[in-house]
Amino acid sequence: MGAALHNFVGGMDPYFLQILVNIGIAIILALGLNVITGLTGQLSLGHAAFMSVGAFASALLTIKTGLPFSLNLLLAGSFTALIGILIGFPILRLTGDYLAICTLGFAEIVKVVFLNLDITNRALGLTVPPAKTDIPMPIVVWICALLAVVAVTFVQNSRFGRALKAIREDEIAAESMGINLTLYKLKSFALGTFLAGIGGALYGHFLSYINPSDFGFLKSVDILSMVVLGGLGSVPGAVIGASVLAAAPEFLRFMSQYRMLVYGALLVFLMVFRPNGLLGGVNFVDLVLRTLGKKPGLPLRTGQKEE
Amino acid sequence: MALLELNDVTIRFGGLTAVDKVNLQVEEGTIQALIGPNGAGKSTMFNLVTGIYAPTEGNISFGGERISGKEPYRIAAKGIGRTFQNIRLFSTLSVLENVLIGAHTRGRAGLGGAVCKYLPWVRREEGELQDWAVECLKQVDLVHRAYEPAASLPYGEQRRLEIARALAIKPRILLLDEPAAGMNPQEKQSLMQMIQAIRATGLTVFLVEHDMKFVMGISDRIAVLDYGVKIADGTPLEVRNNERVIEAYLGKGAGH
Repeated sequence: MGAALHNFVGGMDPYFLQILVNIGIAIILALGLNVITGLTGQLSLGHAAFMSVGAFASALLTIKTGLPFSLNLLLAGSFTALIGILIGFPILRLTGDYLAICTLGFAEIVKVVFLNLDITNRALGLTVPPAKTDIPMPIVVWICALLAVVAVTFVQNSRFGRALKAIREDEIAAESMGINLTLYKLKSFALGTFLAGIGGALYGHFLSYINPSDFGFLKSVDILSMVVLGGLGSVPGAVIGASVLAAAPEFLRFMSQYRMLVYGALLVFLMVFRPNGLLGGVNFVDLVLRTLGKKPGLPLRTGQKEE
Repeated sequence: MALLELNDVTIRFGGLTAVDKVNLQVEEGTIQALIGPNGAGKSTMFNLVTGIYAPTEGNISFGGERISGKEPYRIAAKGIGRTFQNIRLFSTLSVLENVLIGAHTRGRAGLGGAVCKYLPWVRREEGELQDWAVECLKQVDLVHRAYEPAASLPYGEQRRLEIARALAIKPRILLLDEPAAGMNPQEKQSLMQMIQAIRATGLTVFLVEHDMKFVMGISDRIAVLDYGVKIADGTPLEVRNNERVIEAYLGKGAGH
């Protein structure tokens, strides 16, 4: 099967393929941040730093051990989540601007640490050997992206996800409903940074070179823009936001030096006309059902058979 | 033994003593009211009971167990449900979701359960939570609003939704902070019936309210707070004729 997949991917236009992979990775990253910022309401400006933790962890795993890539991904993601929990524990007591500044500071620390460690090859960056897998990287990326979409969608409508949304809406009320704020914020951070780690690992193995400077503040803001553009807390929104912003620099390439200007203007217009993001406040499933001419909303379980 | 007991509870904010050596017993199955002029420390008392503040001195016990100093989420899980003076709904979420969050302590599915939502026990639990949430919405007559965002409800219904959310925790005691505030007379009347129906199910109700007619009409016992000190405690009739209460509300000499 591996050979057939390689033939399939090999037959595609490499430029187009690269855009597709960029989108897939962006979706994973945006979904991770969407859990932290969109669902739980904790503004993080250090998502790219967690991405770099995953990228370096996974690259080193490939270099030092011969683990299969699936295991490598899980370990890199879990390691990133562990770092996320360690960082999150002291700073998640803060809210709003204060939390944002702290995540920003943490991101700079991570960058400086990676720039100075021998094991990460300092400022030269790491050359990442090919991933140990039969499946071509673009397919791996999209499998991970689909799994992330499914997982985050499930989370959103679960008891766990509702607790996160309660924290976003009103911490005092959430706590009075028996929700342990610290625990749930940490779990949300763990899930979000896990996805960031996976995204970073895929990024490193796809580009086969990583440098700490690639994961700076601008990268974090990029990911945040995707989430805000799509609509905070919306999974389809994060997917669309990530797709649009990951592809936009390429589609705008014909404008050469003006493209970043247009990119910026696009963001400004969107925020003026859709302040909640493209799909913010839109129930995507209802929308699709309505478009298909079906009645939205599930029948309410009343607990009584005769009703 | 009373369900909820406050023994010499004091809280100071800097130099201000907001609640001063208050003793109070709320008996199981009763409707206990707490009244007092503005700034008397009524809401502070609720925040002490629910753990948002820890008392500077004294202790609070619930069902014979000391709860003062514990975190609010632990206290809630022991069976204390509350509403807020300034409505604190999860406003962008649906009515049903609000109540489901109230039922949080009745489930146990976590992050793992969320991702593996098709596991039989997770599905069963989610179904039970939904059934229970609808049950709570029925008690406040809001089932027909289940899928609307909480913020879109009119004021009186938002107050009722807060009660449903507090009921969803399946509390032994329900703390209502000014439930009738901003309601018109008809709404107040139906709220009174609703609270009496809730009490009839065996729940203890502890409420703070400004509306005297409402309080006198519904309470079994009334405690009066003035400048953080309890000045009276008794049946509505006793409180109504208490010199110090009249003085606190109307000033000296008003009682002829």
